[in-house]
Amino acid sequence: MSILINKDTKVIVQGITGRDGAFHTSKMKAYGTNIVGGISPGKAGQQVEGIPVFNTVEDAVKATGANASVIFVPAPFAGDAILEASYAGIELVVCITEHVPVQDMIRVMPVLKKNDTKLVGANCPGLITPGECLIGILPGMIFKPGNVGLISRSGTLTYEVVNMLTENDLGQTTCVGIGGDSVSGLYFIDLLEMYENDLKTDAVVVIGEIGGDAEEQAAKFIKEKMTKPVVAFIAGQSAPPGKRMGHAGAIISSGAGTAEEKIKAFNAAGVPVAKEPSEIPGLIKEKLGL
Amino acid sequence: MKIHEYQARDLFRKYGIPVPEGELCHSVDEVKKKVSDKDKLRVVKAQVLVGGRGKAGGVKLATTKAEAIEKAKLILGMDIKGITVEKVLVADAVDIEKEFYVGLINDRNAKAVTLMASSEGGVEIEEVAKTNPEKIIKMPIDPTMGLMDWQARKVALQLFNDPKQVRQAAEILVKLYKLYVETDSSLAEINPLVLTPDKQVLAIDGKMNFDDNALFRQKEIIAMREADENEKKELEANAKGLSYIKLDGNIGCMVNGAGLAMATMDMIKLYGGEPANFLDIGGSSNPQKVVDAMNILLGDKNVKSVMINIFGGITRCDDVARGLVAALDQIKTDIPIVIRLSGTNAKEGLEIIEKTGLPVVKTMSEAAQKAIELSQK
Repeated sequence: MSILINKDTKVIVQGITGRDGAFHTSKMKAYGTNIVGGISPGKAGQQVEGIPVFNTVEDAVKATGANASVIFVPAPFAGDAILEASYAGIELVVCITEHVPVQDMIRVMPVLKKNDTKLVGANCPGLITPGECLIGILPGMIFKPGNVGLISRSGTLTYEVVNMLTENDLGQTTCVGIGGDSVSGLYFIDLLEMYENDLKTDAVVVIGEIGGDAEEQAAKFIKEKMTKPVVAFIAGQSAPPGKRMGHAGAIISSGAGTAEEKIKAFNAAGVPVAKEPSEIPGLIKEKLGL
Repeated sequence: MKIHEYQARDLFRKYGIPVPEGELCHSVDEVKKKVSDKDKLRVVKAQVLVGGRGKAGGVKLATTKAEAIEKAKLILGMDIKGITVEKVLVADAVDIEKEFYVGLINDRNAKAVTLMASSEGGVEIEEVAKTNPEKIIKMPIDPTMGLMDWQARKVALQLFNDPKQVRQAAEILVKLYKLYVETDSSLAEINPLVLTPDKQVLAIDGKMNFDDNALFRQKEIIAMREADENEKKELEANAKGLSYIKLDGNIGCMVNGAGLAMATMDMIKLYGGEPANFLDIGGSSNPQKVVDAMNILLGDKNVKSVMINIFGGITRCDDVARGLVAALDQIKTDIPIVIRLSGTNAKEGLEIIEKTGLPVVKTMSEAAQKAIELSQK
């Protein structure tokens, strides 16, 4: 078991003929992801890495039965690519593209709701169910199958933590990088609920960062609804207020969204917060009685 | 991207939001020339991109033209949070019967633009949110419909009683939303929106920020950019594909990935040091990026040691190591550097760096402690 993706997930790549799209398609395919097609308007009939290219998502879905899509198109066109996938009936859209205008993301939200489409990202590294399916740009070799779920707003910090988990023999069910933008698709609570209902997941790691109050809401959800143990880390404890720390969403505005508030909320919900990433495996082992 | 108050007022005026008259002046001479001879109540306001200018003495009232010139002399050249005041806005002051707050933001939770309003105007909205959260009205806006008239009216009705003022305020809200969406704004505030004794509703002070990701389609907005000293350094870094923010400490850090960069700063603090900056070099192993990044770090005179923290994911550590060695070859400096490499092909990467004699460590914690130790020598 896992959440969102598994060995049966059929993936198409939007922007497959671009530099990043083609490169990561080969990586995903090498990992074992079932990539059934790619989209590049006007290039139908071509092949990339032996994968058929279609003009539209609709054509690809009809021909292949794809149910997931990963987006590598440039930022000005990413919002439209998400809409196209949603209207074509894709269930899970993963948008890797960074620097997508916030208004474009806001405009896709009502459509996603109407069509019941799940979105991961934008500006995210993607997600992985180790040993089964990798969608995005995650380095597959650091993951291993197991029973820990992981949700993160950051890319490299996720790799850092996953590497430590794997080195400590703590494999993962599914790891999801939700992205660092201020308005994005699936968020902590949506995913925590999925992990809570996943039979294979025994514990969850939440990697948050400054800005917004998603961590506070996650803490509330964990306290009220979750039976499985959760361990957290918050990046940006030393960040100055009002500055955007690389991620558009990581900005503290006059006292709201500080690391201090988030840590307090997690502690109040019985969630231990690691002082540095290397403490995470120990905290998980403690919670699992290992 | 941020703009000055006078620029926000120009945009308000363009969209039909009523704003009192005012003149932007860069010198005392300009105040003498531009401001009318008529003696009336005016307010002289420093135009800086940092908050808290009122408390710093950057906003002063004047009753006569002579006094306005006097006040401008005091404010021009003044230092507000490290920024020198280079221009002032000399605006007509109006009598105020009541002050309100209205603003639009990108709301993460609603995943929409949300209109906020409060009868507690003139103070920071974050203060109101803490002390009297029930006094803030929030109205999420459906992006497919925009701010509908009934929504604007509903909010205005909670601020005003008189039907004429309700209408004026609702019109201002609809115009502000139009401005917000058309310019890809990420924050648009009128604070305060005031009611004058002769029952006019006016925008007295405005603040607008814009979504950096959307600037590619906002030519007019980019043209308004007036970066201050801090911002210039950051923009220069951005142009090189780096994300840099200067801080006050003495340990320079260079990291791949924003989240890891933040965690690195935290780690330095955790072990008793102070980070000199936030610097994300992104995912590539391109040596030029490392050279550019090092030049920025070493350009900061406060920097006493440098911590390089790289986690190889898709990019392999041996590639990154070769990039680092090539880059460090070109840089001559006495500042001690600590390198930490981990992740994909870390072993090979570490071997490459060890040959150069630079101190390499395995974990972030070790790197932070070593960098702090070296900074104190």
